[in-house]
Amino acid sequence: MNYLYALILSGLLALSPVASATPASDALLASYKAAGVIKADAATGKANWTKETRDADGEMMSCSTCHGTDFSKSGKHHKTQKVIEPMSPRVNAERFTDEKKVEKWFKRNCKDAWGRECTAQEKADFLTFFLAQ
Amino acid sequence: MKMQFISAALLAVCISQAAVAEESLLWALMTPLRQKELVPVENKLYKQECGACHFAYQPGLLPGKSWQKLLTHEALLDHFGEDADLDQEALKEIYDYALANAAEKSYHKRSRKIAISTAEGEPPLRITEVRYIKRKHHDIPDKMIKGNKKVKSLSNCNACHTEAAEGVFDEDAVSIPNYPKY
Repeated sequence: MNYLYALILSGLLALSPVASATPASDALLASYKAAGVIKADAATGKANWTKETRDADGEMMSCSTCHGTDFSKSGKHHKTQKVIEPMSPRVNAERFTDEKKVEKWFKRNCKDAWGRECTAQEKADFLTFFLAQ
Repeated sequence: MKMQFISAALLAVCISQAAVAEESLLWALMTPLRQKELVPVENKLYKQECGACHFAYQPGLLPGKSWQKLLTHEALLDHFGEDADLDQEALKEIYDYALANAAEKSYHKRSRKIAISTAEGEPPLRITEVRYIKRKHHDIPDKMIKGNKKVKSLSNCNACHTEAAEGVFDEDAVSIPNYPKY
């Protein structure tokens, strides 16, 4: 009987593209597809996460400067020291549940870290990478 | 004659004080901490949006003319080097709240001091540029603020002011990380 449950459960997991997807993340990925993204790639998202560029103050900066690389742990704003809640949707259930909020922070943080807004492809890669955490 | 002049002057002061204050005088009189501190942040959106990146500085820490410069769409696009842009609706609520509770609108001691020290000249864009704030901190050695890994900047109020979020900046509530005895 347990075996049957496990089978059903694994079947369900296989059906959902990412385990921790939310209606908001589905809608966001759909909007990136509509903007021309063919395939979102978590590996590219992961590589971009630590890609460093020089910020306005001449310091090297990446997403991980503030958020860290362990998504189950909180991060720290590099200037204000403000604690940033964990990125992992498993640890922080609030993550990726509000479409507007995700877009707001993509816009702000891409500009802070890279000095420009992210493309739909980059956002799709990031989001897929986050959801796989 | 002299007496009349003094009472007239006093009356004028009272009226002008009432005119600048948004807080009701009665409410202020009923708040014992007004003599020392400043009004904590009450607006949820303000707390949430401003507090997402930094300590949610109470509006009473700057005069209205400073908030007017800081809280515009253009200004927020480059908020001390970062994009802190808000949608129009949120910006309006935050702007209105900040303006209504700016330093000169409060009876609380800290706000009054800030209002007085910023009354003349260009509006400061940083709270750390307010003369009163500078004066209050100028004898603290650099190593305890800038050189202190747990503080890093004077702008990080709540690193040392343990009750900053409640609007309490009293010396008794100060604890400098790594320098417990200061």
